[in-house]
Amino acid sequence: MKSNINYRINKSLFIKGFIIFLAFLITLPLVSIIYYVAKEGFATINWNFFISVPKPVGEVGGGIANALVGSLILVVVASIIAIPVGIMCGIYLSENGENKLSYYTRLAVDILQGVPSIVVGIVIYFWVVKPTGSFSGLSGSIALSIMMLPIVIRSTEETLKLIPSTLKEAGLALGLPYYKVMIKVILPVGMSGILSGVMLSIARVAGETAPLLFTAFGNPYLNTNIAKPMQSLPLLIFNYATSPYDEWHNLAWGASLILLICILLLNLFTKLLTRRWKVQF
Amino acid sequence: MESPILNSQNFNAYFGNNHVVKNVSMEIPRNNVVAVMGPSGCGKTTFLRCINRMHELIAGATTSGIIELNEENVYDMHAIYVRQKIGMVFQRPNPFPNLSIYDNTIAGYKLNGIKLSKSEKDGIVESSLKKAALWKEVKDSLHKKGTFLSGGQQQRLCIARAIAMQPEILLLDEPTSALDPISTASIEELLHELKKNFTLVIVTHNMQQAARVSDKTAFFYMGELVEYDDTKQMFTNPTDTRTQNYITGRFS
Repeated sequence: MKSNINYRINKSLFIKGFIIFLAFLITLPLVSIIYYVAKEGFATINWNFFISVPKPVGEVGGGIANALVGSLILVVVASIIAIPVGIMCGIYLSENGENKLSYYTRLAVDILQGVPSIVVGIVIYFWVVKPTGSFSGLSGSIALSIMMLPIVIRSTEETLKLIPSTLKEAGLALGLPYYKVMIKVILPVGMSGILSGVMLSIARVAGETAPLLFTAFGNPYLNTNIAKPMQSLPLLIFNYATSPYDEWHNLAWGASLILLICILLLNLFTKLLTRRWKVQF
Repeated sequence: MESPILNSQNFNAYFGNNHVVKNVSMEIPRNNVVAVMGPSGCGKTTFLRCINRMHELIAGATTSGIIELNEENVYDMHAIYVRQKIGMVFQRPNPFPNLSIYDNTIAGYKLNGIKLSKSEKDGIVESSLKKAALWKEVKDSLHKKGTFLSGGQQQRLCIARAIAMQPEILLLDEPTSALDPISTASIEELLHELKKNFTLVIVTHNMQQAARVSDKTAFFYMGELVEYDDTKQMFTNPTDTRTQNYITGRFS
């Protein structure tokens, strides 16, 4: 009997150790990516790297200012398009759980989430780039906003569904009109979850390359006009890493490091923000 | 005799085809506490939610007949106006978790965008919390979140929030069923005080509570109003055998 118990204790210890080992293993890819990118990219980064545009082949130096500015503009414009639409759609879905429209909307959102990003890029190419006759930052932003929508919609819907209906009743029983209950009670209470969905969607599209290939296209010069082709960090990395020049490879490593840091910071910031806005009920 | 503040005549409520409140006629006199009791599923809560038109928010819910507030049919008024005149306290305390105790108390004004000066606000908060017997406990922590309070305090905060709007009637839907005995006692005591300024309708399936707090009692069974009389009369000498059986505990 006693030996049986010892056997079970040892078995439990062994399995526990194995699970802890696996948990460590999971962090390995991330740690090695950060280590490798930092090692290769760190040497390239200096002040000049941030404020100058790439130099022609053969010249030393040059930076990624065009891609930094371009990425920022692309993501901001995409957010302006996707966030209001996404949040309102999420509210509709959480408020109208059963009807036909919400069933098909939910289905569409799920499928949209699974559409490969390159396909989104091609569709926007035919919808926006071809009719307007030119690659543009705006078309890139539209492609990114379509990538953001499903994440914002689903996180808004899931967050609002968790809010107890008694809160809505409390507002209505005080004589508030329905829209005020939504804006002043339900949205503030769900703000933490909605914000985290928004931030995650931004972090997700900030690193997207495929939808920008035939839309924003890329631009070796600094451009702030969203009607013209625009550079972005992932595009720059893609173009330079596949080039035959060592100088450009270095720029790509540096840009990768910056992109990685931005996305890590965005994720950390999201965690902080959601903790701050968290509402206990 | 003074006209009743609330008068329901041949009132019916339905969920789809399910007839849950059947032909209810009753008059509720001003500044009384009226208890509505009955077994689970007898339609008492539904009837209460019809009075301030919360019933119609549920998909498929309909009503017929009239309920008059001061001789005016609430179903001819705007629902938002009705709910400002008839306050409600729910089964589970539901303070707004994103607002402080102070803001919870004046939530009816604040969230409706009604502008008040600082001194008006302070006055409403203090008098409402005093009427809800909560002022002494929270006066030093008015700007803490309402959800930090205990369950009983939260429920009194919800009462303060409802009476801050100065309604004519306060509906209470089993307000103590989620509370411990001590909090229950303090809420029951509070009802006696509130009677001076408001008319109270309280739904309860606790007979002792109905007997303790109310002036008049209504007994609902299977959606019908079986008996409605002075509480004393009702508990000592009920006329209907179903009431008798319920009070003596032959069914619940």
